[in-house]
Amino acid sequence: MAKITIDNLRHAYISEPTRDEHYALKRVHLDWADGGAYALLGPSGCGKTTLLNLISGLLHPSEGRILFDGKDVTMETPEARNIAQVFQFPVIYDTMTVYDNLAFPLRNRGVDEAEIKKRVSAIAEMLELTATLSHRASGLTADGKQKISLGRGLVRDDVNVIMFDEPLTVIDPHLKWQLRSKLKELQQRIKRTMIYVTHDQTEALTFAEQVVVMNNGEVVQTGTPIELFERPMHTFVGHFIGSPGMNLLPCEVKGGAAFVSGKQVPAANAKKAKSGRKLELGVRPEFVRFANKGLPADVVRVSDIGRYRVVETRVNGTPVKLVVGEDTEVPVGKAHLVFDATHTQIYSDGWLVGSRP
Amino acid sequence: MNKTWNNRAWWLVLPVFLMVAFNALVPLMTVVNYSVQETFGNNEFFWAGSRWFEDILRSDRFHDALLRSGIFTLLVLALEVPLGLGIALTMPRKGPWVSVCLVLMSLPLLIPWNVVGSMWNIMALPDIGLLGKAINALGINYNYTRQPISAWFTLVLMDVWHWTSLVALLCYAGLVSIPDAYYQAAKIDGARPWAVFRYIQLPKLRHVLTIAILLRFMDSFMIYTEVIVLTGGGPGNATTFLSIDLVKYALGQFDLGHAAAMSIIYFLIILFASWLFYTLMMRHQEQ
Amino acid sequence: MPLELKGVTKRLGADTHIYPADISFADGSFNVLLGATRSGKTTMMQLMAGIQQPTTGEIWHGGKNMTRVAVQKRNVSMVYQQFINYPMMSVFENIASPLRVTGLAETDVKKRVGTAAELLRLTPMLDRKPSELSGGQQQRTAIARAIVKDSSLIFLDEPLANLDYKLREELRDELPKIFSGRSAIVFYATTEPHEALLFGGNTLTLHEGHITQYGPTAEIYRKPNSLTTARVFSDPPINVTKVVKKGKSLAVFNGEKWPLAGTATKLADGEYHLALHPHYVLPTTENGATGVVKGKVLVTEISGSESVVHVDVGGHTWVSQSHGVRPHKVGEAATFFADIGHALFFDSEGKRVS
Repeated sequence: MAKITIDNLRHAYISEPTRDEHYALKRVHLDWADGGAYALLGPSGCGKTTLLNLISGLLHPSEGRILFDGKDVTMETPEARNIAQVFQFPVIYDTMTVYDNLAFPLRNRGVDEAEIKKRVSAIAEMLELTATLSHRASGLTADGKQKISLGRGLVRDDVNVIMFDEPLTVIDPHLKWQLRSKLKELQQRIKRTMIYVTHDQTEALTFAEQVVVMNNGEVVQTGTPIELFERPMHTFVGHFIGSPGMNLLPCEVKGGAAFVSGKQVPAANAKKAKSGRKLELGVRPEFVRFANKGLPADVVRVSDIGRYRVVETRVNGTPVKLVVGEDTEVPVGKAHLVFDATHTQIYSDGWLVGSRP
Repeated sequence: MNKTWNNRAWWLVLPVFLMVAFNALVPLMTVVNYSVQETFGNNEFFWAGSRWFEDILRSDRFHDALLRSGIFTLLVLALEVPLGLGIALTMPRKGPWVSVCLVLMSLPLLIPWNVVGSMWNIMALPDIGLLGKAINALGINYNYTRQPISAWFTLVLMDVWHWTSLVALLCYAGLVSIPDAYYQAAKIDGARPWAVFRYIQLPKLRHVLTIAILLRFMDSFMIYTEVIVLTGGGPGNATTFLSIDLVKYALGQFDLGHAAAMSIIYFLIILFASWLFYTLMMRHQEQ
Repeated sequence: MPLELKGVTKRLGADTHIYPADISFADGSFNVLLGATRSGKTTMMQLMAGIQQPTTGEIWHGGKNMTRVAVQKRNVSMVYQQFINYPMMSVFENIASPLRVTGLAETDVKKRVGTAAELLRLTPMLDRKPSELSGGQQQRTAIARAIVKDSSLIFLDEPLANLDYKLREELRDELPKIFSGRSAIVFYATTEPHEALLFGGNTLTLHEGHITQYGPTAEIYRKPNSLTTARVFSDPPINVTKVVKKGKSLAVFNGEKWPLAGTATKLADGEYHLALHPHYVLPTTENGATGVVKGKVLVTEISGSESVVHVDVGGHTWVSQSHGVRPHKVGEAATFFADIGHALFFDSEGKRVS
């Protein structure tokens, strides 16, 4: 169990990086509390796996430090860091029973058999593996195998952090929620620092208290699921989190008010915006509705998703989507849109206006 | 199930089928033909029934040759498999040395059988051969043309030199196909090298090893060319393996009936052993 | 030219993969085959495409019996879950490959490939090799190849399953536009009810080799004939519970009683299976949701803009799906409200009665 500090970490896969683009990870600074549940979320190639490998010690950074409880572990091996990891594809020792698999890390560390038995039984109970303890591990289903991988991390009491690398990839879609539930329950119960790496928003937001959204080797936002949904710090977060993603409209600011296609639109941070940069108005489809007056738009398409409908409109050529209820009437052809003022924000060069000093 | 339209695909298999028939089935049937009849090669055949088989199975000569073949195979397997596995484990898995190692390892495999025999024949000569002279210089009386022990030593050494690479390359292929995550997990679990070998590498190599053992069994049990070139089955009958004895029957004594019966027994032994290996492997897989 | 299946079955050894299927697909229709993994979607498509032969029955297309006609002679296109392209050819050549065998003139090939590439936004990448493309672009190339030759049947077998979800969203958005206005019959296999709903068109639900229902997508979603169809067509899983209807009230689990409204009041008194989509189980009583669902939270899945809460109610799992981000602690007590007016009722055999 440990507090983790990532101090000005940079990493390049080439030997002599000179420019910013050479870095797979561009200066990351993070502080993670002991016992927290964190997720690294981003599209493929965003640097999240690089960061994971740096924390686990499989890679050593070009610059910066990694501290576990204030102790510098930057150059230490994975073994010395006392971490545990669950990989994308289940790693189990085929020839061993489930019991022996769970006991393996303890036996390697010379723990006596009575203690091993106690700990393995406790963890097996927690993971609902008790009935299979005497079975060969290779005979289990994918979710059973992933539980064993996790269990091997949980039996040790010296583990600083447990890391998950897309652990549900091989799990049947219908069983995913059960494993998510198990993970979440364990996290609350045993209070170890856990880091979950994924490209899937549901995985990240379901598991973590704090989600680190990454793009192009940079951290774009760290926040709770609610913050990421309601106050995206960057247009990328607005687009990446939520389905459909946030609408973005080119806008202008004059005298502390925002204008889209020449029409004034209320925005929460309009007063702080300065013209001269690329300004965009961001509003999620959930916070747009039809009205008698407002921004003129053309209705292009209506998709009935069953529980709600997604209406696609065009405002002066820019696509704007709305989420409307099953029973709401959708106008045909010309329509007017109104945005919820508290959830409408202005972004300058991609970043939320007023969010950066 | 009705498959009328794609039955045409079977015609594509026909050439292969004919080739197999000419290569294997026709000669095999000829041998069967000879094994139950008596002939002197003048196209006159007399029914002999199972007489040749009974003779062979009762003869000490056959038992001795079978025993020699068996011991040779066991020796070769006992040396080549652990050695090959050991070499594979020490070979680099990444970097520029990989291809160097692979080329070096494949060199012995590229040399024709009879050349291997001749090479060792010359190399082991006690008066002028490098190996023969070296051993004698150590004070050991070594002469493979006179002493059975020396002859066996030379043959086994030659086979190990020739074929360990095959086992090593097969094992190496098996090793590189183990995903990195397994090694990382083992590191994290604090496993020592022995535990990594015992619980990850060995289980993952099981299939490859079975194939290696099967190949080396069949090959060494049927060894002929190198032995003929190196020792000719001697000194005396010390290295007369089944294959060599068979040729002695057939060509040396022109005793076609015995030779044919012996061929079939020989063939059945290999067939049975291969089947045994295969079933064991499959049963293991199912578990 | 409609496609018709007449008593088509598929058995392999002792296993039946497809039970007797009699169905007709209209010209130019977009059909989603919806079902869990191994429900028979792929087998069904391969039978229709001619890659597999039916054990019994016939397949008619355009008034002709095509059952024994080789797949090469059927003018079909197929897109798979894996990104299958020719690795040595450029994107242009990949898209053009089905036209090459027809001996079309080069200028026509260029024109057609150009149109297909434009539609799938591949124009800037025509000179590249598939390995230089992202997963999404590789799959776009495969789709372009499928539409370039004017096939009369196009099959897409979970084409988006291997893509990151944002790319999946993009292509989901575009696919209906790409296929609209074509005369081909399009088949799209998926495990995700959400995809079926997005595409609209028709949906065919499959369960363990049986076709459970076929018709316009929204209609099947809202009015499934059977409990099986309702279950196949719901993700998160639809809530199902045994209830006893008496007069204007329903006895549900845990001794809880729900007031009845809407058409359900006309049902004869007795025992039923009640099914309710998760989005009718809400955290508040707005929208007239009145049926109390009290339980312990198992997990809250947050999809970015929606929250799906799995709740343990006396040993049964109930699921609530609502807009917004609402984290709950595991094990926490929570109350939700069921919108009974939208409940579906099924008899003991699983047939819908209301």
